[in-house]
This record gives sequence, C-alpha cells and structure tokens, in this order.
Amino acid sequence: MIDFLQMVLNGIAAGSSYALVGLGMVLIYKASEVPNFVQGEMALLPVFVAFMLLESYGVPPYMAFPITLIFAFFLGCFLEFAILRRAKDPNILGLIIITIGMEMILLGLVSWKFGADQRVMPFPISEYDSIAIGNLFISSLNMLTLVAALFIMLVLFLFFRYSKIGVAMKASQQNETAARLMGIKTKQVRMLTWGISAMVGTVAGLLLAPVIMEPFMMWNPMMKGFAGAVVGGMTSLPGAVIGAYIIGVIENLFGGYVSIEFKSVVAFAVIVLVLCVRPSGLFARHYVKKV
Amino acid sequence: MDMKRDYYEDIQLFSSGVVIFWFVAMMVFLAVVPFIFKNYYIYVINFMAINVIVVLGLNLLVGYTGLISLGHAGFFAIGAYGTVVLITQAHLPFLLALLVAGLIAAIFGFLLGLPALRLEGPYLAIATLGFGVTVTQVIGKIKILGERQGLHAPDLIIGPWHFDTDKDFYFLLIPIAIILAFAARNITKTKVGRAFISIRDAEIAAETMGVNLTFYKTLAFALSAFYAGIGGGLYAFVLRFIEPELFSLSLSIMFLTMAVVGGLGSMMGPIAGACLLSWLDLQLRNILDIPYLGEWLRSLSQSYFSLTGVSNIQYIVFGGILLFIMLFEPLGIFGIWIRTKKYWKTWPF
Repeated sequence: MIDFLQMVLNGIAAGSSYALVGLGMVLIYKASEVPNFVQGEMALLPVFVAFMLLESYGVPPYMAFPITLIFAFFLGCFLEFAILRRAKDPNILGLIIITIGMEMILLGLVSWKFGADQRVMPFPISEYDSIAIGNLFISSLNMLTLVAALFIMLVLFLFFRYSKIGVAMKASQQNETAARLMGIKTKQVRMLTWGISAMVGTVAGLLLAPVIMEPFMMWNPMMKGFAGAVVGGMTSLPGAVIGAYIIGVIENLFGGYVSIEFKSVVAFAVIVLVLCVRPSGLFARHYVKKV
Repeated sequence: MDMKRDYYEDIQLFSSGVVIFWFVAMMVFLAVVPFIFKNYYIYVINFMAINVIVVLGLNLLVGYTGLISLGHAGFFAIGAYGTVVLITQAHLPFLLALLVAGLIAAIFGFLLGLPALRLEGPYLAIATLGFGVTVTQVIGKIKILGERQGLHAPDLIIGPWHFDTDKDFYFLLIPIAIILAFAARNITKTKVGRAFISIRDAEIAAETMGVNLTFYKTLAFALSAFYAGIGGGLYAFVLRFIEPELFSLSLSIMFLTMAVVGGLGSMMGPIAGACLLSWLDLQLRNILDIPYLGEWLRSLSQSYFSLTGVSNIQYIVFGGILLFIMLFEPLGIFGIWIRTKKYWKTWPF
C-alpha cells in the first residue's frame, strides 16, 4: 500500500511539470488554434539564459529567475509577433509546421552555444533532499514543483476570472470578431497570451533543469505535457492539468508494477485509448464541423 | 494555363513533348551518373533516392489526403528492421524480404489509420508522434532486433548478383525509386487518388458523394507506410548498420520538412525537396569544411558559440528553411516553379 501511495505521489510530482507545459500549450491552442511544438524550446532558451546569468555573470538567483521569466515573456511575444502573425492565411498543417520550424531554430541556437554536454544548473534547492510526509517521501525539488504548479494554476485562474486583460483573452478566444468589435485589440491579446504561455513553460523548465540539463531536455516533458493536454481536451485549462496528472500517475504506476522499460511509451497508449473513446479529450465538448 | 480539358488529358503521363524530352534527359543522366561521378556523389544520390521514396509516400498522406503524420520514422524503422531480420532469421531473398517488410509497415499504417478516423489536427499529430516514439522505444528493447546496440545488415545478394559498393546499390535503388514514383503518380490519377484529394478538400462533401472515409483514410496511411517501409529497408543496406537512435522524432520531422519544402500535393515538388534537403543534410554534417563559410563559422563559434555544437547549425538551417517556405511560399519549390513558368509563358504581360 505504501508502495502504491509512493508511486502515486511520484506520479503527481512528475505530472506537475507536465501540467505546466500542458497549460502553456492549451493557452496557445485556445489563442492561436495551433498545437504549439515550440512550447518546450520556448522554455529551453530562457533556462539556458538563466544558466548563463547564474554561471557566467554571477547574478544572484533571486535576480536571475525574474529576469529569466521576463526574457521568456518577451521571447513568447516575439515569436507570435514576428513569425506566426506573418503567415498568410495558413491551415492547421501550416501552423504546425511553423511552430516546428521555430522549435528547430531555437533548439539549434541552444545546442550550438552549449554543445550536447550535460550541464549542472546551480539551483538553490537540491534534488537529493527529501521531505517525509508520514511514511511517504518526496524530494524537496518535486515538492517545489508541485507547489509552483498549484500556485501558477491559482494565479491563472484568478487572472482569467478577475483581471481585465484575462477576461479580454477569454473573450477573444471565444469569438474573435465580436471581441474586436467590443474594442479589444485581439492581436495584442494573442501576443500577450504567447508571452504568458512562455513564462508558464519556463517555470517548468527551470524546475526540471536541476535534474537534467542539455539541449534536448524539454522534448520528453513537452510530449508528455502535450499528451496530457490532449487527454484533457486541448481547450480546457483544468482539463490539461488533470490530463497531465493522469499521465504522470499512470506512467509511474506502470513503471512500478508492469515494466520500467516501457514506462515512457505508456503515455501514448493512454492517449490513443482516451481519444478512441472521446475524440476531443475528456473535458472538451466534441467539436462538430459545420458545412 | 495548363488547363485540363478532358479526362484523358488529365491522366496522360507526359503532357507535352518538352516533358518527354526532359524525362529522357533525366533518365540518360541517371544512367551515366555512376560512370562519371566519384563514389561520394553516388552515395549522396543513393541517400537522396531513399528520401525521395519516403517523401513520395508521405506526400500521398499529407499532401493528397490532408492527414498529418509525425511518426514516419516509425514506419521507416519497421521497414529497416523488418528487412534485415527477415533476411537473417527467415532467410528470405532480399526483394521478397523488402516487399514483406513494406507490407508489415503497411499493416502498422493501417492500424495507426484506425484511430486517425476519429482524430484530426492536434489530436492526430500527437497520436502519430506517439507512434513514432513508441516504435523506437520498443525496438530498443527487443532482443532479436539487437536492442540498443543495433543490427548489422547482411550482404545483399539478389540471384547471381552481389551488391557491395555504392555503385551497385545505385543500380538497385534508382529503378525502385523510379517505379515507386510512377506508381505514386498513377495512384493520384486513379479513383483512389481522387478520393484522397476529395477527403483533403472537403471531408463531409466527399462522404456525401459516396467516398468511404474509413477505407480511404486507412488506405492512405497504409500506402504511405508501405513507401516508408520500402525506403527503410533500402536504408538499412545503404547504411549497413542500423540502431534505434537513427529513427528519432527528428527524422520524422525531417521527412515532413522535405515534403513541405518541395510543395505538398504535387509530384515533382516533394522529389525536388527530398533531393535538395538530403544534399543539404549531408553537407551540413561537416559544415566546417565548406570553403570560406566554414572558416567564418569557425571563428564565430569560437568567439560566441561553441565548436562542439557547431553541427547543430543544421537545425537552424532547416528550421529557417521551413519558416521561410511557410511564410513566403506555402507551396514550396513547386510553387516557385509554377510562378516562374507562368511568368515566362505570359511574358511580357
């Protein structure tokens, strides 16, 4: 029983970082209707910027992380403003390909600069300390991830509920024409959404960096986050979070009881199963195309 | 211009004498290549031919049927491993093994096509992506497939001939590529191809007109996977050694890039795209040896970037090409060709 609970807890901890990536993807999917393959790399570049700030320029952590988040915000805005917005009435495939192109450029830049070596992020919290909750153990880094994920979800919830710009974002996602007629600058709102999404992703990246830090570090979390978002329905923020936790928990249980070797592929089996039953994910209304 | 006036004009293979001339010129060129070029260039052309085969299949799926696949490296891997294992374990002759491996890939394509019936857009992207990742993971765990260490391809023998050098492979690869290219082209002009196109353009309208979506969507996946499987089988022998890492997500993206850069939904476009990008891929692998540019990049890397990561410039180049094509010329090389042709035909207007 203890084993089982411990695995679930590990799954929830892993699911937290997937949830952050998934949240970023859903934000962008709702704004631009594109599955954002650059989500991982949008976090990767800021993470390496943070690494440079901490390592080469000796900036203290409490300064470096906010600077990184601001950088991530501008990176996200820039990608939308300079590249995605310039596409000539693209279809869904075209948009996917544009994000893949951006992803390759950012990945190339980072791996050109840093090579393929494994680096160590000088992070204030070590992944080897752990906290005991009853008979269960959770590493303090995982605990921080969990708390950060919950905190960001809360902030996003409040942001979309009470702030003017959050409501404007929701409005332009629901009906862009109507929102524009109401005086919302929908293009700017979309750009801001990209910025926020990049920040959310970067938090996940920063929390993953102490464990593994190399140019391909975001691929796995991105795919799992994407899978979680798809399970949740791609258009629902709580859905993405729940989907990511489902993926994280099932993955860990599968790794514990069935086979550790195939742990990382079980996520895709889960999504195929879920999608066969509910083609638009668990928490989204099924979208029927009108002719 | 280029208006098709009747059915027979639409299905004819060569639309004019000029096209026949260039086709013959191309065939003559391909026939004399191994006698005039150095070995390295023949290797490059072999590499191109394999990518052309895969991208032709991918184009049938993405360009003609309008379904997305980010998992073609999976089919490619199934073809490669299938061919090698069928030869070494089941002792099948090469051509039969290649065909059977292609059919196995096609069965997997059919299976992947089943969930694809209900999925579209991002959902299909993640499902195919997951398939590609899963295949490499699973291959890395199976004993008979060499696990992570990989497999050596056996000697390639067809009847009395023993294929050994790049030049030998050339005579095997080019005919297969040409046959498959003609097959792909003819498929697009048959009932099947027109059904694919109608699904791409308007799915519901196609269904109303009596196009069986289940059949044609799974068929598109199976056909596309068959092409990828054949390409993979040949790749294993050109490379002589295969390991799971070769068939990563990057490779799937690479195939998609080739198809997009060439121009989706055309025949010559993806061929041109595959040739161009395979050549670029090989060139960029040792980018520092390129005259002038290499030296400049070396000094740039030393002062601002790192020398160890310089080969990763290829990601930047391919990403840049993708963005450039999508932003400025969504039809790819084929679109550029169409525009140039139109300009000259209507000149001076």
